[in-house]
This record gives sequence, structure tokens and C-alpha cells, in this order.
Amino acid sequence: MLKLHGSAISHDATLMQRGLFIVTKKSELPRTIKSKYALLLDNYLNYEEGYGAYISFSEVKISNIKNYFYLPKEMDYLGEGDIIRIEPSGRINSLFRINSSHNTILLTEQCNHYCLMCSQPPKNIDDSWLMDDAMALLDLIPRETRNIGFSGGEPTLYGDHFIDLINKTKLILPNTTVDVLSNGRAFSDSIFTSKFAAINHFDCVLGIPIYSDDPARHDYVVQSKGAFDETILGILNLKKYQQKVEIRIVIHKQTIDRLVQTCEFIASNLLFVDHVALMGLEMMGFTRANLDQLWIDPFEYKDILSEAVDVLTCYGINTSVYNHQLCVINDDVLPNYKKSISDWKNEYVDQCDSCLKKSECGGFFSSSKMYRYSDHIKAII
Amino acid sequence: MSKFQPIEFYKNKKNEYSLLPFRFEPLSEVNYAVTNLVGEHLIIPRETLEDFVKHKLDSSSPHYINLRAKHFLVDDKTQIAKELLSIKLKTKYRVLSEFTGLHIFVVSLRCEHSCPYCQVSRQSDDKIKFDMSTDIADKSIDLALRSPSKNIKIEFQGGEPLLNFPLIKYIVNAAKSKQKEKNLSFVIATNLALITEEILLFCKQHGILISTSLDGPKDIHNLNRPRPGGNSYEKAVEGIQMVRAHLGIDAVSALMTTTKNSLGRVKEIIDEYLKFSFTGIFLRPLSPYGFALKTKTYSAYDANKWHDFYLEGLEYIIDLNKTGVKFREYYTSTILTKIFTSQEPGYVDLMSPSGIGIGAIVYNYDGLVYASDESRMLAEMGDTSFELGNVLTNSYEDIFLNPKLLDPIEESFAFSVPMCNDCAFETYCGADPVFHHAIYKDFVGRKPESEFCNRNMKIFKYLIERMDSEPYIKRLFMSWAQSNA
Repeated sequence: MLKLHGSAISHDATLMQRGLFIVTKKSELPRTIKSKYALLLDNYLNYEEGYGAYISFSEVKISNIKNYFYLPKEMDYLGEGDIIRIEPSGRINSLFRINSSHNTILLTEQCNHYCLMCSQPPKNIDDSWLMDDAMALLDLIPRETRNIGFSGGEPTLYGDHFIDLINKTKLILPNTTVDVLSNGRAFSDSIFTSKFAAINHFDCVLGIPIYSDDPARHDYVVQSKGAFDETILGILNLKKYQQKVEIRIVIHKQTIDRLVQTCEFIASNLLFVDHVALMGLEMMGFTRANLDQLWIDPFEYKDILSEAVDVLTCYGINTSVYNHQLCVINDDVLPNYKKSISDWKNEYVDQCDSCLKKSECGGFFSSSKMYRYSDHIKAII
Repeated sequence: MSKFQPIEFYKNKKNEYSLLPFRFEPLSEVNYAVTNLVGEHLIIPRETLEDFVKHKLDSSSPHYINLRAKHFLVDDKTQIAKELLSIKLKTKYRVLSEFTGLHIFVVSLRCEHSCPYCQVSRQSDDKIKFDMSTDIADKSIDLALRSPSKNIKIEFQGGEPLLNFPLIKYIVNAAKSKQKEKNLSFVIATNLALITEEILLFCKQHGILISTSLDGPKDIHNLNRPRPGGNSYEKAVEGIQMVRAHLGIDAVSALMTTTKNSLGRVKEIIDEYLKFSFTGIFLRPLSPYGFALKTKTYSAYDANKWHDFYLEGLEYIIDLNKTGVKFREYYTSTILTKIFTSQEPGYVDLMSPSGIGIGAIVYNYDGLVYASDESRMLAEMGDTSFELGNVLTNSYEDIFLNPKLLDPIEESFAFSVPMCNDCAFETYCGADPVFHHAIYKDFVGRKPESEFCNRNMKIFKYLIERMDSEPYIKRLFMSWAQSNA
């Protein structure tokens, strides 16, 4: 697992405020753009004045150097074109990795849900600076970027600022596809949905969870009364305005019993959605606290998973199975199987070493490897 | 104390709920089928049904959760059902706003076959008398293009339409040059005996599809479909291969007519379709028109025989699928589309409001306009109840606002017909005023006596129980509910 956040081992304190910088090794960039960059120093030889910040993974001694941050070894994956946030405290966040196809930008930790298996437990604090940073980040991301994601918390809690963000994304990155993770409830407001649709983004997909066809169960999983109706209404509104919607179902002990019925509900009522993702559980955040209520071995539900995929695909719904290992699914879901775990948190276990299918397998979340995964993992030979 | 609430917190505490409109039908002494107006269905035990209507059903029971998820009730937990029902109902009836999509042109009544079950052909060389004229064709094209439907399908029928191929060419070219914003498609319904390379080149150039007849193995087919030389089967088989060689494997579809010769031999008939790589078969009910109706031999006996024939075929096809041979039965598929989706499959016999005139219309060789193919068969037998006008003398409005069309559509609308209006299977069924008029002399008939009603009720019950009995069959049926594409 890559460490996306870290603290400088040592740094000077001249950086007065939080800033975003593009990592570069090029010491001869034009003067007018230098301040946007953090110069990655191999040693004192490529030092040049005028950069926004300086970083290195082994200590470099240069007199009068300003905004220098000596970073821990775990972050030495950072390279040319990556974008980092540096705080005056010496805290560093990797916000955008140029070689990753999974760049997701956290917009807020606030949420109006409190999902049993939330991987990013909500915090009720003013973190609107995250939105400011996201807006600033858009100016630094290369135009060739194929895709970026926005997540939370619940991004739409920003209301019109969320619309502004997507609009800016469209204007600044006209060829970049966008994924937004949202609970969809904000779109139950037609006016909000119409504003969103008016952006007319060429490819912005809203990933919205539905955990059950039983409203009580959905509301329970997300710990919010009335969530089901608002989310469904939100999806209906989005499709009325011809926006792209992906339905995301996390499979666990609370959702597995009605998974097939839930897929039938989607096929019957929401046939027009663009994609349905059936996702394995990530062992992060609240999941670990609620593990007894949530854990079911994927091997035990593999026939139900097959049935669920069968229902969706026979209705012609574009369907994917995420976050599962090839040795715990039936072969009939292979056409829908995706290697989905973001590169920075993707790992394999010892049994995988001799597996012939390892390169085709999505493997594990780092968190699963650490805390809980199927008892039926075995090499396919 | 946990910061997470238990599921009880999110459940409906007062156990109060409102019923949404639904209908029910016993399947057995124990089980009932319940359905709603968009076709959602469940099988529940009688006592559950009683508890449900008496507002005594426990909100934590699985039946309650299923009934709520399928829009049979709303409670303080969720009101979204009304929204979803309205969207699905709109989708289901959207086809009505498109109006007539299928326009059948009878370009000739002449035929070189002499099939006993056919009422609409003549063995004659009299082209003047039995072929459509260009005048009539022109007027018919104008009427077809007046349809509000964006997609206009023109189907050439007969007799044997290829006996008047020059007119087919004329109509295709004329329709293409006259149309402005329509998507035109063409089908020729032919026995293929007269198919030639030249005809196929024309079909290729204009994307014309072929629909033919294949009644089963050679002996059944040739017995059903006599022609000089007794080689109808050989001609059809040769023709199918020729069409595919020129236009592609899916450019030809086949229809079979069930006759007394077919009964008892459904597996052989299906095998014949498999042999020629068809991906499905339409096990058509015995037609009551023509000979059968005239001689009053069309009886319940035949209807029961057909039912056995259909069920044996259906089960055989299910077994084929289990062994990995993908094949479907199209009558079943039409019903399953209505059970599992909000789409209207557009099969005229199973539409309500009836699809006569507003789904399909027939321009006959002599200029007369009929509300459906069966309507012109009735007319050939002397009953002109569904003759809507003449293309040479009547306007579009005269024809499509003719009480002879509007009255049967309105009177037979199943949602308001006695016994249909409280039937659980009304949403899966059709109105078929032509059939009922032919047999019972009114557009509705008395349903307990209606062969149409009996036949379809049996099928609906069978399909619903069958898929409840085996998850594999439910999945298979769901896939049949999807369009063929």
C-alpha cells in the first residue's frame, strides 16, 4: 500500500500557508511558472532558486534554502508530474499521481449518511478548504488526464459549489471523464439536478449506492431515515435529465439476503442506469468496528453473486463485479469481473504467489489483507 | 452504547400501510398470484393475502418486504412506489402515442400454393383482378407516411407477394422518395418458392428482410402447404439458404402455422427449426378463421390439444436451453416481456387497447383498408365489420377515425371489460376484438366461454408457477423477456 499522506522528517517553516505543487526534477523551468512546482532534489547539484517548494527523500544541505521538506522514504514513489499538498506543519498529501488511473479527490469528510461499512468515516467539521484545494488542483492537473474522481463524505453537500466544481472541471479539463461518488439524495431536488445537468459535461458519472430493494434495510445500512426514497428519486431525476448514473452495491451480511431482489428491483425500475457495480467489502473505517454485522465470506455467497449478475446482464444492464478474488467467484461472472482496486491500496497474499491467474486477478484491498479476507483463497493451478 | 442504530429503528413501527391497486388470482388452493397494473407479480399464500388486505400483515415479514418492494403497498417508510408506478405505466403505454407502425401491403392475392388453412389467396393468373395497382399503392403509401410513428415498417403480403415483385420495387422506391423524416423498413412475407437472385439483390440494396413459412418437417410442411410439384418444403429450405447467403443469417425469419397435422409432433417441428439455425419458434395457436370457423369444428377439443402441444414444446425448449442450446418460444417471450418489463412488445393479439389499426393496418390489393390481417380474413368470409374504408375514396381521417375501428378498440379495452377488469393477468393479456367478434359476434365475448381467455389464462398461470418452481427457469424467462437483439 502506498502512503498517500506523510509528514516531513524535517522542514523549514518559511512556507506560510498550505500550497499545492507539481513535483518536478527539472531545475531549469521558466521563471514565470517555477512557483507552481516543488523541485525534487537528488542532491544540492540540481538546486535552483525560485521554486515554490523543495523536496527530497535523503537530506540535502543547502544554505538559505526556503520551503524545503525532507520526506520519508515511503513517499519516494512521488515523481515528475505528481501533485502534492504541503502544509506549513510539514504534512504532505499526494493528491494526484500522474501514472495512476485512479485519481480520486476527497472533497469533504462531512456526510448525511453514516454507513455501517463507511471506509471514510464522516466528521462533522468545517473542511471546506478541501473544496478550495480541489478547485486549485484542477489548474495543475494535465489536460491529457483521462479520468478523475471526486468523493467524500458527500460532495453534493456543497450545493452550488459542487456544481461550480464540476463546471470548472469541464472548462479546464475538457477531455477528462469524471466520476463522482454521491448518495444521490441532493438530486431529489429537481432544481439542483437541472443545474447539474445544465453543465452539460460530456462524461460525468454519478456513482450512487442502493443497498436493498427494502427501504428499511437501505436506510439501516446508511443509518438515515428516508434515504431510500430520496436516493431513488435522485436517480430518477438524474435520468430524466439524461445524466449518467452508476449504481453501486456493497455486498455484505446486511445486503446479501436481498441482493438478487435488489437487482430485480433495479432491472424493473431503474433499467436506464448506465452501470451497476457489485462490490466486495473494504476493511476500512467503520467496517472494522461493525465486522460481526457485516462479514460474510465471499466464497459463501458466490452463487448469489452469480444469480445477481445474471439478472442484471439478462436485462442488458452493464454490470461489473468489483473487489473480489478469482478463486472465490464462479466462472459465470468472469465476463463482468473487473480488476478494480486502486493501485495504491492493492495487494496479494502468500497463496497468490503460485497462482496462474494472479495477473488477471484484482487481488485484495491492503486493508483486507491486514484484517479479514476469505478463508477460501487458494492458488488456481 | 453503539453510535449505530439497529434495523428495528428504521422499520415501520405502527404497522400501518395503504394498499395500492392490485389484483389476484388463485393458482392452487394454497397459493395466489398477485399483480399490479404495471405487471409486477408475486406468489403468496392465501392466508398472507388475507392478512395483507386486512392490514394485518407484519411489517417485518418477508412477504411484507416483497409486497412493498414491488409496489403493492406504501407505508410511512416509503412513498416512492407511486413515482415508480407512474413512470412504468407511462413507458408501457408510450407505444400508443406512436400510433400505427406496421403497414401491411397486400400486393397480390394470387398464390401458387393452395394451403387449406389460408383464406386469403387465389389460384389465378388474372393480374388485373387480384394484383394491387400502382394507383392503390400510391394512395396507400401516402396513408402509411401520414402515421405519426417515426418508424414505419412496410410488410408485403399476399397471396404470394413475389408474384407481383414489380409493384414491391415500385412501392419501396416510391416510399423512400416520398418520406422525409421517417425510418422506413421493409419485410416481404413469402413462401420463397419464387425467390431469385435478382430479387435478393434488390433486397440487399434496400435492407429488406424476409419472413417465410416453415411448418415443420417435410411431410407436415408439404401436407399443410400443397403446391404444384408438391415441393413447398424443398423450395422453402432452398430459399432460406439463398436468403442467408445474400442477406445474412438473421435476415430471414420463419413462422409456422399449427394445424391438426402438427399436433403431437411439436418436438420434430422444433428440431426442424434448430436444423436451420433459427434461434426461436412461434408456436402459434390454431387459427379459428377460415375452414375451422365455417364448419364450426373449432372447438374446445382443439384448444386443449393446442395447449398440450404448446406445453410440450415449451418444456422441450426449456430442456434444450438446459443442455446449452439457446432457443426460445416467441409467444412465451411476448408474455414474459409484459411480465418482466415495462415494454409493450406490440404483438397485436396481446395488446390492450387492441393493436388493430393503431398498431398495424392492412392495405388490401383492391384498395380496401382493414384493421388487421385477421380482419381481411373475416372479410374474405363475408364479414366486413373491420373494413375501414378505401384508399381511393377515403381520407386518412375517414379511415382512422372510423367508428368501425374506434368502437371495437374502446369496447374491448380489457381494463374496463367485465371479468378482465378484475383479472390478475389483464396486464399480460390482450383485447382481440376481431377474434371475439368472429366467434361470439361481439367485440368482447363472455370470458368464461372465450377460448382466447381460457387459452391465455392457462398459459399465464403455467408460466408464473413454472418460474416460481425453479430459479433456472425464472432466469431463462427473464432473458426471454428481453428483445431479441
